[in-house]
Amino acid sequence: MCSEKKKNRDTIAELLHGLRNKAFITGSEAVAEAVKRANVDMAIAYPITPQSESMHLVGELFAKGHIKDYYRAENEFAVMAAVHGAALGGGRVFTATSGPGTLRAMEMFPVWAGARQPIVCAFMCRGVSLPPSIQPENIEMGMLLDTGMLMLHAENGQDFFDMILQAYLVAEQPDVHLPVGVFADGFFVTHTREEMLLPPEDCCLPPYDPGFAPVPVFDMETPPMRITRDPLLNKSNFISGNANASWHQEVLAAAERARKHIAHFMGGLLEVENPGAKIFIAASGTAVSQSREALRMMQAEGMDVGLIKIKSIRPFPGSELSKALEAADLVVVPEFNAGGWLAREIRATIDRNHRVIGAPRVFGGMTMPPWLIVEEVKKALGAGQSRGGC
Amino acid sequence: MSKKIITPVASLAHILPEDYRDLVEKGPHGKSVGIKDLGSFKEITEEHPHCAGCGVSLGVRLALAALPAPEDTLVVGTPGCSFFALSQTAVNYSNTAFGNQNSVASGLKRMLSIRYPDKDKDVVVMAGDGGIADIGLDMTLHSWFRGEKISTIMLDNEVYGNTGGQESGMSPEGQVLHMAPKGKNFKKIPVFEMARTAGCVYGARVTIASPKRLGRAVNRAILLARELGPTYVQIYTPCPTNMKFSPADTIRIAKEAGSTHYAFEEFMTEEAALRIAVMEGEQGKIQD
Ligand code: SF4
Repeated sequence: MCSEKKKNRDTIAELLHGLRNKAFITGSEAVAEAVKRANVDMAIAYPITPQSESMHLVGELFAKGHIKDYYRAENEFAVMAAVHGAALGGGRVFTATSGPGTLRAMEMFPVWAGARQPIVCAFMCRGVSLPPSIQPENIEMGMLLDTGMLMLHAENGQDFFDMILQAYLVAEQPDVHLPVGVFADGFFVTHTREEMLLPPEDCCLPPYDPGFAPVPVFDMETPPMRITRDPLLNKSNFISGNANASWHQEVLAAAERARKHIAHFMGGLLEVENPGAKIFIAASGTAVSQSREALRMMQAEGMDVGLIKIKSIRPFPGSELSKALEAADLVVVPEFNAGGWLAREIRATIDRNHRVIGAPRVFGGMTMPPWLIVEEVKKALGAGQSRGGC
Repeated sequence: MSKKIITPVASLAHILPEDYRDLVEKGPHGKSVGIKDLGSFKEITEEHPHCAGCGVSLGVRLALAALPAPEDTLVVGTPGCSFFALSQTAVNYSNTAFGNQNSVASGLKRMLSIRYPDKDKDVVVMAGDGGIADIGLDMTLHSWFRGEKISTIMLDNEVYGNTGGQESGMSPEGQVLHMAPKGKNFKKIPVFEMARTAGCVYGARVTIASPKRLGRAVNRAILLARELGPTYVQIYTPCPTNMKFSPADTIRIAKEAGSTHYAFEEFMTEEAALRIAVMEGEQGKIQD
């Protein structure tokens, strides 16, 4: 249990960089382990596969006294509205959802950002209807890119654990104060048991202090009393139009200011392996793990290939990518969705973007064997050679 | 909130607008004032931006005047005509997405109970018929099923006012409206009856033509929600603009409704009745 007396220790450094013990747990269990250490006041849940198990475990945390309030709400839109209400009231909240649940709740995500709520939500991505799919797929991330929410993408259970804690740290910075979605590819991460390193149970985040929020707390204890903390209604009036626009700009600016905190708490928005390579695979989520394997296979064949793991999708590491790919001839972007949102983001960011190959793309429950990635790289190289170099 | 929070330091008081200074000096905070005292204290809302003769604006004004503790009241609503008065009221007002008011209120009330375990923070939903009976009906009902300690006040103008006069689930059967070009073909949604079934410990149906009765209903609803569970007040607030009657006739229309389809009705659980007897014994009986 997060003990009150430990409030004054440098718990953040200890939590992120202190001693850790081995645990052999699933991604869903990792979520609960993170929430246990996050000093969460309240969590609200609604079932959807593959997210449910993690929120069952969060419910057990409530039953054991780790969380002060918890309930099962009537649908995902209601959940996201209720955590919004709870965050307005000045506390730390947690929830999670998945695929169709994300879409059903969609209206609330820009509201969270617009109201500057430091809500952390875990998204355990899956396919969306129609045709119905409960298979791993992260198309929902492409649909959330412009909600104003910050977005982190976990490669595995360890990332999922760490990123939930890091998400609170970034979200609650006074110059950020925005919601953070922590995304993991459902089933692959949620239902896979792996060895993780966890800090001791009583090593927790310090409690949330609403006094540091850049917006007034909604509790009738914080002046001004005449406040509407939510996105301003934009009627046909020049002044309210301007107020709305400048508020919106500030939400975007807050996301930009998050960059330095992501760098500080997470060691950067991306990670580069073999930076001198001419051929790169750039990926996020579990596609990174598949790409690591593909990399090993290609290196065994004597190919000089590098890997870029993108951890932060919003803010997007545009300048970092441009720099890392400056001398690259080819960038292959494997994805677990049909839309190819990551390839689109990278193409929109770097110059000479004909270098970007948006493949392979798997969805609807297909797996991504590493040879599929290797094939795409070779195909692109072959095409490049026939064109006279890529 | 303590009055100290809004009291300016003496040397700066003169730069604040007069209505703010009035609120500090003559406002309802910490006093037991209500509808019967209107005119003798500074109200927490004024200068509404609604159409002339708007029933909603009167409903908002009366309900706000009846709050037992405006200094610790937080209002949650949804976009619509009610927004315009509420967003410029001297209470914290939240208006987020469409129809989610009872969910936002549930989370807010619970968090305030965590943060202020020894204080009553009254969370009041105030929204129109479209927000409560149509787009937000599931969340309204579920907050009642769960027994959330919040009060829900419907400002029922029987139409979507702000979007230009479309049919709402609370419009009367047969009424010709936008999106009901041949007349509404089903009855008013029985939200009042549903409130009783869904677990509200107290409910009242009133019109703006009976201000004291309205005030008493709102007061009872909020005080009972503090201790016992969800409460519901449904206020008839006719809309001259979309129902096409003269703004001067609003009260007459409301009065007529009071003797036809909007007759006053109240329900309460036994526990609520006992609580009311104690509370109103303490306060001195409020006259109709
Ligand atoms: S449209 Fe009707 S309800 Fe809306 S402000 Fe005008 S009179 Fe009031």
